[in-house]
Amino acid sequence: MINSKIFLKGLFSIKRLDSPAIALGASFIAIGALLKNIGFTIQESAFSTFLIYALPGSLVLVESMLIGASLLNIFLAVWLVNTRLYPMTVSLMPLLITKNQPRWKYFISCFFVAVSPWLIMKNNYKKIDKEDRIDFWIGIGTANWLIGIFATIIGYCLSDYLNKDMMIGLAIVNPIYFMCVMIGVMKSKSVSIAIILGFILSPIFYLISPEWCILIGGTTAGTIGFFLGEKNVN
Amino acid sequence: MSIEIVLAIIVTSFATYISRFLGVITSMKINENSKIYRWFNCLAYSTLAALISRVVIFPNGDLIDTTYLSRIIVIIFAILIYYITKKNLVYPTIFSAIILTIINSYI
Repeated sequence: MINSKIFLKGLFSIKRLDSPAIALGASFIAIGALLKNIGFTIQESAFSTFLIYALPGSLVLVESMLIGASLLNIFLAVWLVNTRLYPMTVSLMPLLITKNQPRWKYFISCFFVAVSPWLIMKNNYKKIDKEDRIDFWIGIGTANWLIGIFATIIGYCLSDYLNKDMMIGLAIVNPIYFMCVMIGVMKSKSVSIAIILGFILSPIFYLISPEWCILIGGTTAGTIGFFLGEKNVN
Repeated sequence: MSIEIVLAIIVTSFATYISRFLGVITSMKINENSKIYRWFNCLAYSTLAALISRVVIFPNGDLIDTTYLSRIIVIIFAILIYYITKKNLVYPTIFSAIILTIINSYI
């Protein structure tokens, strides 16, 4: 059903020194501490990362709970902030899909689509046979997911010892890590333009619409990057 | 566990999973060598860049208590460290947390 050798290879890829384990762990430690501060129990905190496993989604949940938002409002706010997962999934799954693998693997493993495992997979998929990629992906996803859950529990337990400055330090780790990874993947013209414009346009669109800035800024930047890259190829 | 919190978590997880699920449905019809795949690839990277930029420049949560200047200093330092250490990801990540904590504590 799942090639255990390949699965374990994916699972242990997180052990590499430059893996996102530190950044991911730091962010979920902060989430764990935040959840305790708004009154979640340790079970509810672990359960939230177990089921959600997306940092911006968890943050929106926290903010929504604080202002007493309705379930419909929570749904819409989270859906909006996590629409970025749609293009991320579409840009990953075609690299993993083969006719010989059962479809349920793709529908279940898409739960693992989040920035950290996505970047590892995008950077390593060429080294893995296409038939084996989905099992490698499930291994990477499981490792990142488990780190997220354990870090949430650790953050919850440490929250009384984390002062405001430490929380601020933890909060910057994840965006800085991903920013450096993004700089590292700027190898083709289209992707480089898309990334640079994404960085620039999002804050500009924020001034017009804070809720839609990521979606509008990202879509505009990606589309311009794509067309300029294609023009270059042609 | 409080039923109100459990319901909020389930709704959040459902709202998160929808985008991933629809992504798989779309992927079933897309070839990795096609133009549309390349477009989605650009969209994925640009949306991520947009998210990171939004988090750093207009943050929510704890980063909201830091100044623009402190965050910009940290970004510049992180990029410098990244290149000085030959694109090592660990050093800029750790140093960014230390630098921001120091700036925020003492300046």
